[in-house]
Formats: sequence, structure tokens, C-alpha cells
Amino acid sequence: MADSQQLACGPCASQGLCGGKGLLTLKEGAWANNPLAIQMLGICSALAVTNRLENSLVMGGALIFVCVGSNLLVSLLRKVTPHRIRMIAEVAIIATFVILFDQFLKAFYWDMSKQLGPYVGLIITNCIVMGRAEAFALQNPPMLSIVDGIANGVGYAVVLGIIGFFRELLGAGEILGREIPGFSSWYTPNQLMILAPGAFFALGIVIGIFNAIKGPEPEENK
Amino acid sequence: MSETSAWVIFIAAIFTNNILLTNFLGMCSFIACSGQIKTSLGLGTAVIFVMIMTTMINYVVYHFVLVPLSLIHLQFIVFIAVIAAFVQLVEMFVERFSPKLYFALGIFLPLITVNCAILGASLFMIIRNYSFIQSVGFGLGAGIGWAVAIVLLAGLRQKMTYSHVPKPFQGVAIAMIVTGVLAMAFMGFAGMVAIQ
Repeated sequence: MADSQQLACGPCASQGLCGGKGLLTLKEGAWANNPLAIQMLGICSALAVTNRLENSLVMGGALIFVCVGSNLLVSLLRKVTPHRIRMIAEVAIIATFVILFDQFLKAFYWDMSKQLGPYVGLIITNCIVMGRAEAFALQNPPMLSIVDGIANGVGYAVVLGIIGFFRELLGAGEILGREIPGFSSWYTPNQLMILAPGAFFALGIVIGIFNAIKGPEPEENK
Repeated sequence: MSETSAWVIFIAAIFTNNILLTNFLGMCSFIACSGQIKTSLGLGTAVIFVMIMTTMINYVVYHFVLVPLSLIHLQFIVFIAVIAAFVQLVEMFVERFSPKLYFALGIFLPLITVNCAILGASLFMIIRNYSFIQSVGFGLGAGIGWAVAIVLLAGLRQKMTYSHVPKPFQGVAIAMIVTGVLAMAFMGFAGMVAIQ
């Protein structure tokens, strides 16, 4: 099972583990090893929910919550979890937090819950959460794991926000459902950006830009 | 309860509502394993099989266990457990009875547990209120649709090794954009049949 996880998310395995301290961990997760743009984890949800900025932000929040919670719990239990069943234990912990968040949305933000549909549940199979629990929380004390959870969650949420912003701006000519003075009046919305292909183009371009900013590095291909 | 026939759902799940190109599920392994046609074909086959079986099992579990016990809020954890257990079972079964098949599919089976398309198919089935027959059609169609998409991308990526892609866009970035073009092509099927 351990191998499968790494294989499944090919690129995530190649990243070394960082044993650094709080700030380093934060920087690592949010920028240098950005889970979405650099490590290519959790792409599914990144594409699906970014058609509006609002959805992207809620999804980002959900991931921060789940990532922090599961990292903390996995880290607290790391000494008592038998190595053989750690995978299933991690999945159970993650699923618990996802259920919590899902119930919260259903209770207080029914419309949002409807819009996100199955993608809230799919956080369980989001490799970011699993990857951090496996790669970081299992080896590190609780406090550091929380920081790592925040860092990766924020890194994910920021990229999600960027994509959501541009897709809504270009696709609907609005931001957060409101018209922008001086822009919405003359801009003809390009429906394509809201539809599926736009998501792929947007993420492809964001990844490309991230790579360009990060500068040349032995890019892992194949 | 939707009235669409299972056949329509099957066709729609492959073309108009392709689980990968319109719902973005299963992207992780889609990007990681689309280097070669042969690999992607193996993974695609395994996904088809597991997807149809798990949608069926999850349907039964949901409607005959979770609903009567009013434990619907536990659906995520139950579904993922069913999927993990089923994959493990299939792996042991195939290894024991068909070593040849095991070598062909074996390494792909564990990957599938973490493939969000599988869990996604089960969740869609619940959200859209499918009947059992409809779920079978949906599971099969979604699996085939996913397999078609990954094989197509693998073919394109193999050809792409010969083209000059700008440095920052090499690898995943260009694969993403190519997938976007692919998704656009699949949008041509829209209007053929519709499910929601």
C-alpha cells in the first residue's frame, strides 16, 4: 500500500522530506514545494471547483481544515499506530475530518454544499492530505505538523484562488458574482473558461508560470 | 429518481459526461501514468473492472445498509473502505488464480484505491439518485470513458516527445493543455445525449 500511494501520485514521491523548523516548513509547503503547482497533487478538485472564485475559496478552506486536523491527529498517534495499518488509519482520520466539514456545509451553507457536490467527499482521495500525513506527520511532532498542514493547505488554497479568480473573471466577467465597474460593461464573457477545457488550460498555464518563476531545475518527466 | 434508461446513461458517461474530461476525476494517476500507451491501457482496464464492481457494491451497501440504519453521513468512510477492501480482494484473487493476469494488471490494482474517479463514481451515483440498473450502466460507462481518455492522452504524449515545447511548460503543464484540447474535442459530443 505504501508503494501504491507513492506510485499513484508519481511526482510527490520524488520530493525529499524536510525536517526543518516552523518557518522553513511553512515556506516549503506554501511556495517551494507547492502541492498543486509543483508537486501536482490534488489536481482533480483544483480543476472541478475553480469555475467560480467563491467555490475555490470554500474548497481551499476545507482543505486547510482537513489537512491541519488530520496532520495533528496522525502526528499525535504516530507512536501508537502500528506500521502495517497506518494507511487505513490515516484514511479513517482524514475521512472523519471530511465528514465533519461536509456536515458543517450541509447544516449552514446548503447552497454551497449543493454546488460543490461530490468534491467535498473527494477530499479523502486528495493526495495532498494523504501525502502530508504519510510524508510529514508520521515523522514529526504535533506542533510542526500543524504548521505543515497550514502551509500546504494555504499553498493549495492560493493556487485555487488564482485559478478561480481568472476563470470567473474571463468566463463570466464577474468576481464573486458581482459585476466589476469598467470591465463587465464591455467585456464579452468567454464561456469556455467556465467549462471543462478552460480549467485544463488555466491550470496548465499556472503550472507553466510557476515553473518559469522557480527557474530551471531538473524537471521530472515521464 | 431520474427516468433515463441505463443505456443512455452508459453512452453519456463515456462521451458527453466523461468522468475525466468534464468532471476532472482521477487526474493524479491520469497525469502520472499516461507516459505510454501500454501502461495506460493496463490501468484503464483495471479501472473499468473496479469501477463497475464498486459502484454495484456501494449501491447495495448504501441502499440496504446505510439508509435503513440512517447512517448516511458515514457514506464517505464506508465507500472508501469498500473500495480498499474490494481492491485488496481482487488483487489476492487474481494473484492466486491467474498469475498471467496478475502481471498484466497487478501493479495497477493498488493504485486504484487512491483514484478519485472510483470514489467519485459512487458519490455521483448517490447524488443523482440512480437505480441499480442505471448505476451499473453509469459505472461501466464512466470506467470506459476514463480508459478512453487516458489512452488518448498517452498516445498524444508519446507523439509529443518529438515536438519543441517551451521549457517551463514541459511535462505536466503541456499535458494539461493538451488535455484541455481533448476536452474541447469531447465537447463536440455535447447535445448527443444528456444526463444530470
